[in-house]
Amino acid sequence: MTDSIDQPPLSAANAAVIQLTRKDFVSDQEVRWCPGCGDYSILAQTQKVMPDFGYARENIVFISGIGCSGRLPYYMNTYGFHTIHGRAPTLATGLKAARPDLMVWVITGDGDALSIGGNHVIHSMRRNVDINLVMFNNRIYGLTKGQASPTSEFGKRTKSTPLGSVDTPIMPLTIALAAEASFVARSVDTHTEHLQGTLERAGRHKGSSFVEVLQNCNIFNDGAWRDFTERDVREDRMLILEHGKPMIFGKDRDKGIRLSGLQPEVVTIGQDGVTEADILVHDEQAEEPYLALMLSRMFWPAFPVPVGVLRAVARPTHDRLIDEQIAAAIAKSGHGDLEGILKGGETWTVE
Amino acid sequence: MTATRDLEPDVQELERVTIRFAGDSGDGMQLTGTQFTRTAAVFGNDISTLPDFPAEIRAPAGSLPGVSGFQISFSSSTIHTPGDQPDVLVAMNPAALKTNIGDLPAGGALIVNSDAFTQQNLNKAAYTSNPLTDGSLKAYTVFEVPISTLNERSLDGLDMTSKQKDLTKNFFALGLMFWLYERSQEPTIAWIDQKFGARPIVAQANKKALTAGYAFGETTEAFHTHYRVKPARLEPGTYRNITGNEATALGFLVASKLADRELFYGSYPITPASEILHQLSGYKSFGVKTFQAEDEIAAIGAAIGASYGGALALTASSGPGIALKSEAMGLAVMVELPLVIVDVQRAGPSTGMPTKNEQSDLLQVMFGRNGDSPMPVVAPATPGECFDLAIEATRLALKYMTPVVYLSDAFLATGSEPWRVPALSSLPGIGVENATDPATFRPYQRDPETLARPWAVPGTPGLEHRIGGLEKADVAGYVSYDPDNHHRMQLYRQAKVAGIATDIPPLEVFGPERGELLILGWGSTYGAIRSAVEQLTADGKSVAHAHLRHLNPFPANTEAVLRSYRRVLIPEVNLGQLLMMIRARFLIDAVGYDRVRGKPFRIAEIVDEAERILAEHTS
Repeated sequence: MTDSIDQPPLSAANAAVIQLTRKDFVSDQEVRWCPGCGDYSILAQTQKVMPDFGYARENIVFISGIGCSGRLPYYMNTYGFHTIHGRAPTLATGLKAARPDLMVWVITGDGDALSIGGNHVIHSMRRNVDINLVMFNNRIYGLTKGQASPTSEFGKRTKSTPLGSVDTPIMPLTIALAAEASFVARSVDTHTEHLQGTLERAGRHKGSSFVEVLQNCNIFNDGAWRDFTERDVREDRMLILEHGKPMIFGKDRDKGIRLSGLQPEVVTIGQDGVTEADILVHDEQAEEPYLALMLSRMFWPAFPVPVGVLRAVARPTHDRLIDEQIAAAIAKSGHGDLEGILKGGETWTVE
Repeated sequence: MTATRDLEPDVQELERVTIRFAGDSGDGMQLTGTQFTRTAAVFGNDISTLPDFPAEIRAPAGSLPGVSGFQISFSSSTIHTPGDQPDVLVAMNPAALKTNIGDLPAGGALIVNSDAFTQQNLNKAAYTSNPLTDGSLKAYTVFEVPISTLNERSLDGLDMTSKQKDLTKNFFALGLMFWLYERSQEPTIAWIDQKFGARPIVAQANKKALTAGYAFGETTEAFHTHYRVKPARLEPGTYRNITGNEATALGFLVASKLADRELFYGSYPITPASEILHQLSGYKSFGVKTFQAEDEIAAIGAAIGASYGGALALTASSGPGIALKSEAMGLAVMVELPLVIVDVQRAGPSTGMPTKNEQSDLLQVMFGRNGDSPMPVVAPATPGECFDLAIEATRLALKYMTPVVYLSDAFLATGSEPWRVPALSSLPGIGVENATDPATFRPYQRDPETLARPWAVPGTPGLEHRIGGLEKADVAGYVSYDPDNHHRMQLYRQAKVAGIATDIPPLEVFGPERGELLILGWGSTYGAIRSAVEQLTADGKSVAHAHLRHLNPFPANTEAVLRSYRRVLIPEVNLGQLLMMIRARFLIDAVGYDRVRGKPFRIAEIVDEAERILAEHTS
């Protein structure tokens, strides 16, 4: 594993030239999400972190699918492509293969990414396409006015499930890990600093990044994540992951995650002989994603909800592998001979 | 046992011969046919081929559905089709005999592997009595050859099992046919050495089988005559044998060089289009990027993404896959990015008959999308022409900033013909410029002549803009729900495609410029129609042939051509799709002639239909 996980630092000259601020990334279009929507915060944090990557605006592309999240590219003053339902990862894959020089973001939602576009998410991740996929998860179809989504709770009553959903919800981060995503993280729309930090890490990761942003839809699913994201409870009900640090949480920093056999359990440091040494230490770079898979399945109320980077490992990117095969073919037999290939080996001449 | 004869057998000269090889799908009939084709092509005959194989990779051995066939017609004069009927049928087992004998005309030569006519194989082919002995084949000239036994004997001493030896019997049959038609074994021997070089025993066995078959022809008294078909007088030049799929792949490779763009190919495996992916994935040293996607939608999505990034983007499929791509094709119409969508048509609907021919996706690619969604459509007429139309499709896509559909079909894709290799220097450039000037750039500011919008690729400073499937404002390109704007944009999209009519060659007519009957075709019916019109003309009939390569828009002179004849006949391997377009567009009372059997037309049936219509008119 000689690949570095992060984007290479830009040359000093380049970094000196590209001095942008958040405002440079604000387009001239009026933002038209519902007042109070969590998407406003995600847009703002995205615009805030953009200057940090050192990319010129023209080298950044935002590609989206259909849904409320799909409008985000119109509000970014970069190149943008609002595509069709579920297919944004496919366009991003082709664009990145053709243009490895670009920084490509995919903006999607729970329905777009995990229902109609589930197949493409899986395959873009397993190929390690060098994209940053940000999935806004509000557990509802908002743009079509309130039907159950693939992340809606079992039994949830919506316009399309008046007696409650009979579908077991999908676990986005588990899917991303199973699909071999090389970077998997979670954050929350209202936790602005954490969200900025997470987007920053995703943007710097070389390879496929999957970021789930827990987002509130105040019109059709208000309070989607309120039980653990509200200011007064979040320290006790969320687990902020940090690489190399023990999984400790709680207002009093006295709760932790311990492994009991193959199961995680919540323990209190100082009770029943539990010490900090018993607490699991987070390792986002573990070669096999066992720990990350366990974290991806931990959820409130059984567990505190993990946020932060679950996994960040280095794998060769799709575009690089394609380019290397081409370079190897040329190194082996020289640049293709067009006249030669037209003749195809066996010819005859008519005088 | 046969005695060696001292005398040379009689040699008879023929203008044209059509052979059909038929056997079990595990018998290597496609390989046998391909080798005969190469040899005939290199010898200088004009050739035309028709592979016909089941979709099952290995149907139960000896069964009727497992029969695989390959027909080749080779000639000392110019030919357009693989022949209506074989002159010679090589049947490797009873099932092959049963499924093919109906096509062999009375008096035709039938060569059978008599070893395969066991009770078990006869049962599998549902024969109640042995056709070799019950007199049912007396209309044909039957040559019973114990191919399996003779072949196995020729491989005596080789360290192989009987089963392995039996796998080489197709080379024995090929060797026999080479003798019968005075063909050299050398090209095939060279091919075997190259193909099986790593497995010397297999190479040796195949070569021995080939020469044993040849020697058998030479020494047996069964064949009184062998036949000579002289080289054809083709236009001077360097030739190769080419299938439609090969020509398609080469055409797009050359198109990318003529356009000076990187070629990106997104594709999902599907019969009969997969061969294009196999070809293009071998062109890495040309910088070609191929992407085997997770599904048909991802294949076109990736192609649109690559096009957005400035590449020459291509995707290919067959009818069922085109159905899946339809929404993305509509997106390409809306965002007005260049893209070529290849549809290698096969028999439908649904899964239909995957390996069998049909030209029934015309209305699908014309109208199978939501909204008014105009898209240029081109269709090659012969395997070699696939090359030219690939370049033409690319030219239109780039110049007009539009997705273009390229309609091939199973017959073109797998059929082959001699192809004159073009001089690269004779091909004009088809490059277009990207937008670069921030002062003048507007995403939907159209070129006044072509109505194309500018192609502004990411990475261009100052041209940051947003596109997408939502309707956009004329010129400015932001999202617009303005009613008049939408109407205007719809008219622009329509006018842009319609305007191509003046930028394509006029419809050419073969035969009289006006007269009784015009036969209008498109795609792979070319050969049968042209041959039929040649025959009808030789009989003094007033019949002409016109063949559309551009189906949307039609060439500007199309209506004038159609109105120059009393009647217009449109033969199609569908139930009247071009017919519907012609009637709707021009209010001309054209008539159709439709046969959807998974096979190309026979010349004779078009001749018969034309004569019927001509008689109708005079009576």
